[in-house]
Amino acid sequence: MFDADQPHNRLPPLPGVGYKPQHFSAILADAGPVGWLEIHAENYMGDGGRPLAQLRHLSNHFPISVHGVGLSIGGEAALDPDHLARLKHLCDWLNPASFSEHLAWSTHDSAYLNDLLPLPYTDATLTRVADHVDQLQEVLGRRMLLENPSSYLAFDESTWSETGFLAEISRRTGCGLLLDVNNVFISATNLGYSPQSYIDDFPLMAVGEIHLGGHDEDEDDHGAPLLIDSHGREVADPVWALLDYTLARSGARPLLIEWDADVPEWPALAAEATRARHHLAQAPA
Amino acid sequence: MSVDQTHFRTALLDSAAAVPSGLSDGAGRPAGGRFSVYRNNVAVSLTEALEDSFPVILKLLGEENFRAIMGVFLRAHPPKSPVLARYGADLPGFLEAFPPLAHLPYLADVARLELALIRAYHAADSRPADASILQSLSPDALLQTRFTLAPALELLRSPWPIHAIWRFNSEEAAPKPSPGAQDVLIIRPDFDPEPVLLPPGAAPFIAALREGQPLGPAHDAASEAAAEAQAEFDLTQCLSLLLSAKAITDIHSGTTP
Amino acid sequence: MSTIAKSVALAGAVTAAITAQTIPAAAMEKEKCFGVSLAGQNDCKAGAGTTCAGTSTVDYQGNAWTLVDKGTCTEIELPAQADGSARMGSMEELDRDLPQG
Repeated sequence: MFDADQPHNRLPPLPGVGYKPQHFSAILADAGPVGWLEIHAENYMGDGGRPLAQLRHLSNHFPISVHGVGLSIGGEAALDPDHLARLKHLCDWLNPASFSEHLAWSTHDSAYLNDLLPLPYTDATLTRVADHVDQLQEVLGRRMLLENPSSYLAFDESTWSETGFLAEISRRTGCGLLLDVNNVFISATNLGYSPQSYIDDFPLMAVGEIHLGGHDEDEDDHGAPLLIDSHGREVADPVWALLDYTLARSGARPLLIEWDADVPEWPALAAEATRARHHLAQAPA
Repeated sequence: MSVDQTHFRTALLDSAAAVPSGLSDGAGRPAGGRFSVYRNNVAVSLTEALEDSFPVILKLLGEENFRAIMGVFLRAHPPKSPVLARYGADLPGFLEAFPPLAHLPYLADVARLELALIRAYHAADSRPADASILQSLSPDALLQTRFTLAPALELLRSPWPIHAIWRFNSEEAAPKPSPGAQDVLIIRPDFDPEPVLLPPGAAPFIAALREGQPLGPAHDAASEAAAEAQAEFDLTQCLSLLLSAKAITDIHSGTTP
Repeated sequence: MSTIAKSVALAGAVTAAITAQTIPAAAMEKEKCFGVSLAGQNDCKAGAGTTCAGTSTVDYQGNAWTLVDKGTCTEIELPAQADGSARMGSMEELDRDLPQG
């Protein structure tokens, strides 16, 4: 277990947004209620140029959360040492307020598939993921947050619930958790369980950050609703309601709006952050 | 049964492969079409990544052709790392060897130009050297002076008019390309890479400097190459370009052995 | 040209290049433009970026496709092309099961 003294993260319990370069000037001019920014680690792995110059400048004004999307922590193979080194280089250079990654896999047989792919929840996969989290925390010299996935299908071989699996990884490795409430709503709808029960079972004490994003609606072969984690629109009303349910139990947490596709002009994103602030304001301290 | 990632990966990249068994909808029914969400995410997100990185190839081929061809490419050459800005290094070679595109032989070099622009964008920062030191050197010392060039510089030589093709597809009202070889230097004075069309002799000159050759031999190589093209190498013009582009980052005067 | 004459000519060319840099040093120190040049413009020069989102358009390709006459390559006529035309490959029918590397 990683036992560094530092807390899970130093993000404030305020709204944050996923940073897009086209919003650079607007954010510096008027960030509205936005108190911190999240970047995808993999977009800042060059040697220089505008991306790193912007990031350095922003880090003088905002706490930054580094969110990895490509390490493949759930992969069967060993973690890619080159990518681990890139993550360490970025975190050492930036000293971000938080680092997070996903409970998913994306690389196999040296092909990076650019999607957050699902894994079964078994004793074997639990040991593997916990080992990878241990390794990552050792390399980075910091505690990380691990995010729950959005799921479109389930594995027959799973013997753990997702909440139990995440709680056990957190217990074994000391990592914190990133609770994506939109992912909970998507997975619960797609796999037919109660999103509130999922929140009830989730180890909320370990949650260092909450994600919110928009989803699209589709249906499966049998006409059952199939929600797609598209991050391409406003957060849906039932997801805001599930956020309130969560915040009432967890208290205020750093709360991120993710908008990755069809990214709007800054005012529309700031409006989502304003909405997030209202919900945070009603959470118990 | 257990679904291993080899099996999962194979089915992801091959729509004709059966959906792995052992996957369900959470209510006991086989996952079926739900697996296609992942197939779709992989194929569409990688195609979009290639659209972002190769906007000129996209315009040249048209969206429909581009997407179809990239569907083949991404399955044969999936990314080797999660740093997607680097994805597509294999695309020029793929385009060259792809029989249906054999009649568009310039595509590969245009793709190389687009890759070089992205490399330049993410390249290390550098500061320009103070060139006034050159004026204090004797003509002999000058001949032996070597230069360090900015890491963002990229040099491309093509038998095709790649600069003109790039402009035609990137700038409004740019002229139609005419046949002919073109040499291109990508400069990045601050943060924005810009492809510059080079005059005769300039590409061998810059290549020689980058290899660490002194000014004298680099100038000789440039003059010879220009003469072959029935032109004259213009050193003042070429040095002016490098200086204004902040492309010379260090000067090692010829006085040292 | 003698070596001496050559080195003198070269020195003259170098001096001309340096004096041609007429921008005063102060102007070169202008504030670095971190932002993207046009407001609201995407940072397309960066190349591809990442997303941790799925895509909702289920348009997974079928098994066969056809090249169609679209795109600007149809406007560019470069004589070295084997068939002398700039058209896309005459509606070649292809199976997507092409070399998988």
